[in-house]
Amino acid sequence: MKYLEIRNLRKSFGNLTVIKDISLTVEEGQVVAIIGPSGSGKSTLLRCATMLETMDAGELIYLGEYAVRTGPDGKAVYASPKDLKRIQRYYSLVFQDFNLFPHFSVIKNVTDALITIQKMSKEEALAIGRDLLRKMSLSDKENAYPYQLSGGQQQRVSIARALALSPKVLFFDEPTSALDPELTGEILKVIRDLAAERMTMVIVTHEMSFARDVADHVIFMDGGVIVEEGPPEAVINNPQNERTQAFLSRFER
Amino acid sequence: MEWSVMLRELAEGMLTSVEIFTLTLLFSLPLGLLVAFGRMSKNFLLRNIIKIYISIMRGTPLMLQLMVVYFGPYYIFGIRLPQSYRFTAVIISFVINYAAYFAEIYRAGIESIPLGQYEAAKVLGYSNAQTFVRIILPQVIKRILPPVTNEVITLIKDTSLAFVIAVSEMFTQARAIASAQRSVAPYVAAGIFYYIFNYVVAAVMEWFEKKMSYFR
Ligand SMILES: Nc1ncnc2c1ncn2[C@@H]1O[C@H](COP(=O)(O)OP(=O)(O)O)[C@@H](O)[C@H]1O
Ligand SMILES: [Mg+2]
Repeated sequence: MKYLEIRNLRKSFGNLTVIKDISLTVEEGQVVAIIGPSGSGKSTLLRCATMLETMDAGELIYLGEYAVRTGPDGKAVYASPKDLKRIQRYYSLVFQDFNLFPHFSVIKNVTDALITIQKMSKEEALAIGRDLLRKMSLSDKENAYPYQLSGGQQQRVSIARALALSPKVLFFDEPTSALDPELTGEILKVIRDLAAERMTMVIVTHEMSFARDVADHVIFMDGGVIVEEGPPEAVINNPQNERTQAFLSRFER
Repeated sequence: MEWSVMLRELAEGMLTSVEIFTLTLLFSLPLGLLVAFGRMSKNFLLRNIIKIYISIMRGTPLMLQLMVVYFGPYYIFGIRLPQSYRFTAVIISFVINYAAYFAEIYRAGIESIPLGQYEAAKVLGYSNAQTFVRIILPQVIKRILPPVTNEVITLIKDTSLAFVIAVSEMFTQARAIASAQRSVAPYVAAGIFYYIFNYVVAAVMEWFEKKMSYFR
């Protein structure tokens, strides 16, 4: 089943067109890696997909439900707030700089949305939260506050927070870029484990060997368009386009 | 005059000062939040009216504002108000003045919260109201405690301004007794009162700040 479909997405900031015409499909259980130079529009693409930005044109469909369709004038038309609220539960996003809630303990960061928004009982939410923290090897940090954790631990809490709402699609925007190099491994391992469980994910990353290992499909973006895409062996090991080659040559393989 | 009489009159003044202080905070702390929202509103007219109001409140002496609020109804509209209006005028002018100061503190606090907090809340499905109350406000409160403490301490001392319209708060009483007795003792007593009042308020605010120190 198609979990996510983006058709002909276009997004400008004032005169600057950041996303020119991007279409992509993510199937159930698929892991898509998005690579590309800084400023190529990767974050904007994710922010449009997660409705943190309003797209100018194109369509956005989760599990067959339209969040955005093209209106008669060619412009993007968003679904009703009620529909968007439902569709929003299909996805979550892990940020580069975590954005944990500093005044909530670790367990509250993970369970608060379940309790406040989904009106789940405290016990039930706590069980889900504890389960996720165990999975993230953070059981002993349940009552700690974000400032008491390392960057890697904070990012694992934020992944647990995103997973608590059982999203169908999980987006990551450079989840290791804010971390010290020695801490990236623990996050990449968590994502690898999620991939092994067939979690559907879209990951913007600069970790090429990780992208090659974990992704089913790699998209290389530059200047607001998809320049090249395909299986990782093709795009990362054997890129056809000059721009892809130039970009990848900056990474040791 | 006997010491006991003097003390009783001073005690009455003290009570009035504490009343002015308490009522001003009670109304201006929440009103300031409304003013801050108006100041940050998307509506051009509202935003600018509030901006002018704040700038007048901060740009003119509180004593002058107090006199305008007290004498204004008569001189401008010819309305005669009862004696009791004295105290009301003090509360009105203090509340609208302090609300302006608190609004600017709130605004700075709200604007200092990183955008990422709103975005994380939005992705998790919090409504705008839930985001503000559960996620933003607790962080704002922690950040604004030091400047709010400063204002509250200033307010204690500002309560003495009520003497200009002869509201019998602490300073007014002390002055009356001092001139009748030809003694500075009432002033010393008043000074001690203000000092202890400040001390207690500072201790309460410090306790509150400590209570909020469980996160960073
Ligand atoms: N809110 C914004 N307002 C104006 N320009 C923006 C905004 N967000 C991103 N941009 C611009 O869009 C371009 C793409 O940014 P971004 O999507 O963050 O790229 P990437 O994540 O690939 O580094 C950049 O030129 C950036 O300056
Ligand atoms: Mg980016």
